[in-house]
Amino acid sequence: MDFYTVFWREMVVFRRTFIKFFASRLVSPLLYLVAFGWGLGRGLSMDGGSYLEFVVPGIVALSAMNTSFNAVGVSLNMSRLYHKTLEEYLIAPISASAFVLGKVLAGTVRGLVASLIILGLAFLFGAHLVVNGWFLLVVFLTCFLFAALGVVAAMTINSHEDMANFSTFVILPMSFLCGTFFSPDRLPKAVAYIIEVLPLTHASYALRALARGGEVLPISLAVLLGYAIALFLAGVWVVKKVR
Amino acid sequence: MKFLGVNKLIEIRQLTKQYGHIVAVSDLDLEIKEGEIFALLGPNGAGKTTTIRMLTMLTKPTSGTALINGYDVTRELDKVKKEIGVVPQHMNLDQELTAWENLELHGRLYKIPATERRKRIEELLQYVELEDRARELVSRFSGGMKRRLMIARALMHWPKVLFLDEPTVGLDPQTRRKIWDLIRRMNSEGMTVLLTTHYIEEAEILCHRVGIMDKGKLIALGTPGELKKRVGEVVVETFGGKDTGYKFFATREEALAYASQVDGDVLIRESNLEDVFVELTGRKVVD
Ligand SMILES: Nc1ncnc2c1ncn2[C@@H]1O[C@H](COP(=O)(O)OP(=O)(O)OP(=O)(O)O)[C@@H](O)[C@H]1O
Ligand SMILES: [Mg+2]
Repeated sequence: MDFYTVFWREMVVFRRTFIKFFASRLVSPLLYLVAFGWGLGRGLSMDGGSYLEFVVPGIVALSAMNTSFNAVGVSLNMSRLYHKTLEEYLIAPISASAFVLGKVLAGTVRGLVASLIILGLAFLFGAHLVVNGWFLLVVFLTCFLFAALGVVAAMTINSHEDMANFSTFVILPMSFLCGTFFSPDRLPKAVAYIIEVLPLTHASYALRALARGGEVLPISLAVLLGYAIALFLAGVWVVKKVR
Repeated sequence: MKFLGVNKLIEIRQLTKQYGHIVAVSDLDLEIKEGEIFALLGPNGAGKTTTIRMLTMLTKPTSGTALINGYDVTRELDKVKKEIGVVPQHMNLDQELTAWENLELHGRLYKIPATERRKRIEELLQYVELEDRARELVSRFSGGMKRRLMIARALMHWPKVLFLDEPTVGLDPQTRRKIWDLIRRMNSEGMTVLLTTHYIEEAEILCHRVGIMDKGKLIALGTPGELKKRVGEVVVETFGGKDTGYKFFATREEALAYASQVDGDVLIRESNLEDVFVELTGRKVVD
């Protein structure tokens, strides 16, 4: 239960800063919904539905990614390099896997809350979406895997600026290209090929299919699960070898 | 002097740490007995922090070993972790938590059961005189309050050895004395203490033995009295217009004889640990 101690600390802080978190998590999805759902997408139809219904699962996916990655990545990187609070955990008799699990679950919670905020907003904008257990499971996996990526990045990147660069060069392009706002099959073949192997693409695909009332896509689910496990193990490994 | 146990609580053997071509700590051999307050002195960059970081398992030694209460710091991590409390050189409290929550996090990490944890937190906050600030965020604390809270945190799990890396740097004289009292009190209750400091009077007043490090090597070791004897218990300071000259003598008579021969201002006094330090590590400020 050591992971729960790590998780507990995150939740204490999360509760204390919830209002701020909530407000800040409203802004960018609201802008996306206004710009792409209402402004650009009005009257546009994608694969037989409205563009709003097409784009909301994509926005959920990208927000899950951004929120979870930043929640873990930025704070852990600061904690390691600047506040040095990571040492408190390294000195304590807890395992690296308990530490990583606690951090990743805390990042996942934040990502899930952010996703629910978007679904709430989308509902207010008049989107009709099916949100069932599978949908939530896919969101959970997406949050989990990007929180774990946050651990790997935070433990291996040695400056705050490079952490920001990682966001700009890796996370930001994924936000726009991974099937979030449009289908990647419109891209040049070589690019589309790369996009197909990225986890966010499968999050978008799976969420979109489910939101329309379709079945869960087994390949996408398997890809997300694979990334989640691999990145979690990578996170444990980099924490172990930090000494 | 109080009773010192015969147990060697810390045994350091040939401990070495290299960062690239920099040798931060070089073939360090040192034993610290149970119940001792031991100070590591040394100029900036001497390797004091690196030594503590190796003993507290925050960095791996390049070679050599260290045993804490018989457990190897390179292999028996979980056993060593329970024996040590650490107050690092930099402030590393969780600024997003209150004082109470900082201690609670520590207590949970060390698996102290809830009721016992509560009692321990109350007791320690009282011990470091922070009980009325318990529910305040640490980011609002002054430097001295943070330092005291860090000590309380390190004590939460009843460690056998406490490592304090420059525990009184940047504190006002009153707070510094409070921390000295705290260290003495913990020691009288049986805690072994290894601290580093740049305040030589701190080592002289507080510690049973001191080790002086320079450029990664231990260059002197003993009680403050022994070290003073080693360089000479009487100092003659002469001021010849530009620099002060220091000369050490074993007896007052020798010192007087020397002093009668020099021109200019002369001061004869007993040597202190600072003289030892300056004499052994060289007068230049080394970086
Ligand atoms: N992480 C690191 N990477 C590279 N070199 C390091 C690292 N940590 C310490 N050093 C080097 O090791 C040497 C000893 O440093 P250390 O911090 O142990 O000194 P110190 O005695 O604690 O000094 P101070 O009194 O200034 O705290 C220095 O030359 C320092 O530059
Ligand atoms: Mg130091």
